[in-house]
Amino acid sequence: MTGTTLDDYTDRYARRVRGMTASEIRALFSVASRPEVVSLAGGAPYVAALPLDAVGEMLSRLAADHGPSTLQYGIGQGTLELRERICEVMALSGIDVGCGASPEDVVVTVGGQQALDLVARIFLDPGDVVLAEGPTYVGALGVFQAAQAQVVHVPMDGDGILPEALELAIAEVARSGRRAKFLYTIPTFQNPAGVTLTEERRERVLDICERAGLLVVEDDPYGQLSFDGEAPAPLRSRRRDGVFYLSTFSKTFAPGMRVGWILAPHAVREKLVIASEAQILCPSAFAQAAVTTYLASMPWREQLKTYREIYRERRDALLTGLADLMPAGTTWTEPKGGLFVWATLPEGLDAKAMMPRAIAARVAYVPGTGFYADGTGAGHMRLNFSFPPPERIREGVRRLAGVMEQELAMRQVFGAVGRPAARRRGQAAADAPDPGLA
Amino acid sequence: MNTDLRVLVLAGGLSYERDVSLKSGRRVLDALRGAGIEAELRDADVSLLPAVQADPPDAVVIALHGATGEDGSLRGVLDLCDVPYVGCDARSARLAWDKPSAKAVLREAGIPTPDWVALPHDRFSELGAVAVLDRIADRLGLPLMVKPAQGGSGLGAAVVRDATALPAAMVGCFAYDSTALVERYVAGMDVAISVIDQGEGPQALPAVEIVPRNGVYDYAARYTAGLTTWHAPARLDPAVASKLAETAIAAHTALGLRDMSRVDLIVDADGRPHVLEVSVSPGMTETSLLPLAVQAAGLDFGKVLAALVGRAARRGA
Repeated sequence: MTGTTLDDYTDRYARRVRGMTASEIRALFSVASRPEVVSLAGGAPYVAALPLDAVGEMLSRLAADHGPSTLQYGIGQGTLELRERICEVMALSGIDVGCGASPEDVVVTVGGQQALDLVARIFLDPGDVVLAEGPTYVGALGVFQAAQAQVVHVPMDGDGILPEALELAIAEVARSGRRAKFLYTIPTFQNPAGVTLTEERRERVLDICERAGLLVVEDDPYGQLSFDGEAPAPLRSRRRDGVFYLSTFSKTFAPGMRVGWILAPHAVREKLVIASEAQILCPSAFAQAAVTTYLASMPWREQLKTYREIYRERRDALLTGLADLMPAGTTWTEPKGGLFVWATLPEGLDAKAMMPRAIAARVAYVPGTGFYADGTGAGHMRLNFSFPPPERIREGVRRLAGVMEQELAMRQVFGAVGRPAARRRGQAAADAPDPGLA
Repeated sequence: MNTDLRVLVLAGGLSYERDVSLKSGRRVLDALRGAGIEAELRDADVSLLPAVQADPPDAVVIALHGATGEDGSLRGVLDLCDVPYVGCDARSARLAWDKPSAKAVLREAGIPTPDWVALPHDRFSELGAVAVLDRIADRLGLPLMVKPAQGGSGLGAAVVRDATALPAAMVGCFAYDSTALVERYVAGMDVAISVIDQGEGPQALPAVEIVPRNGVYDYAARYTAGLTTWHAPARLDPAVASKLAETAIAAHTALGLRDMSRVDLIVDADGRPHVLEVSVSPGMTETSLLPLAVQAAGLDFGKVLAALVGRAARRGA
């Protein structure tokens, strides 16, 4: 008798599947979806602020009046109508005809996530190195892990990625005989840190990458969500070559549409289209038509203002709550846009180990370990402010402060117990919630 | 079998094991429907009582894990609503849920369970953690098992082989519960015995032996198919297996349980059983132990559940 593992396929999985195991932290997030819990763990835009009746009417007309085309297959690159609209959107932040942005070089994707996956598919071989901010977007870590690439984190401060640290990392990777293919960066209102790369550093980072022959993958989902004045212009607006620009309508319109895009030079674009066709055949014709019509016929810039006002108020509620209630020794970033604040806990606290206590107190956050490929980051947490209303945010911070006080008291009783050893590389997703978690 | 029954399966809740519970609930729902019983799934939330009162089911299956489902409180509320449910009553659930209380009852009944001490975190701050931990390690000996006094799925539990790792294990445990159970670690074979009573008294199903691939039956090993090998029946000498079955039934009976339970034990090198804990709302997921035992017994999971539901409905509230 040999027993059963209840999985007859165990010895057939690809190597990259090994890290895909049940996770107690992910299990805890399942409680966060209940209304009793103040969830600061999600990353969901507040789509209830959309003019839902008007959107509904628009969608209904798209099916009733244009069904034969909107419900049909489309082309792999995405419709020309949408790509033209995308260029109009990019022009607002300075990526215009002058810097070579053309509808021909836009590839429409299923959200920004597929854009990332396509870039990984066409550039990464197993063992290649990707440089990325530390911390960085968990979904990108998942994509790079699936491509069997190694992520080397480059530290940030309140002004974004540290140019000196970037130079060091490039040199270090070269010394170890490995090949760094690109720098993955979210320069504006970064997820999860909430910080923005300054004007001055943008030029320096681009120069460093140019000198090192390192491509730049610029992920810009939040650039339009600026609360205090305009955000610095994207990296792509400063360089024609060597920068691939990724963005999405998930935060400016609605994530349920799953429409994103990449702007890439024509040679790369051709490969992206072929890779995308192999992956998804074509992006949803209906969703593309919906976004095109939304941009063409609805007051989307007004809607963007609405989103910004709502998020600014919520960010202020979070920052005020943190200033009023957090225990001494806690620090946090003060984002000028986007959806997230990154908090650093007092010495000795472990955001991952503290999660069950937080769930019992009916508050949720994402432990920092979700945003590092090497399992570090336990001394930090990501707090989202886009979804819960201001009074719930304050209540969430109040609960969180109580949890931290209890945990600090516990650490005092038992002394410095240290953090558990960093787990195996590539399991960041085990510490982050489903994307749908509000 | 009465197939006109209407059954409500409760799953979800606010406990740490919500995710596990939702999986258990869906599996129970499918099995009941497969056995021809009308069943629906519901979360234990504010909509539950109005729904139960407006349209009372013939019986409830509590697939909730963690406090709500296992500490007896929900059972007490169902009693107030005159709705019958599968499993033990509120009082017995309360007893089994609190591991130190359950162990005391087991020991009183002469059922072997590892030596233990249960301490709330306050006691450590009052008496000084170092002094208390030293005493514990000295008296119970290493290795030690540290786990929350209440809770399941291995959450917050740790084996401590070195005294220096004890403070970290305590902090990890206290994140889940305000009281910790520290137990003498017994090395041996991990075994679970499910006890089912379909009307003819409690019967032990074949023992299920648990062999986690990396040696630790933690959350990932429990709920990721492929990370653990389960042997059902366990690879045991028939005399030992029979002794285990007797012990499991004795534990089920001593705690006053009803319908079904799962008794977790260690079989030491000499073939002696040591009861670790007893669950009144055992996991029913794709990788859970009770459904494996039902299958090993040659029974149909849906039919067993149907029999238990029929029994609960006949028993009434």
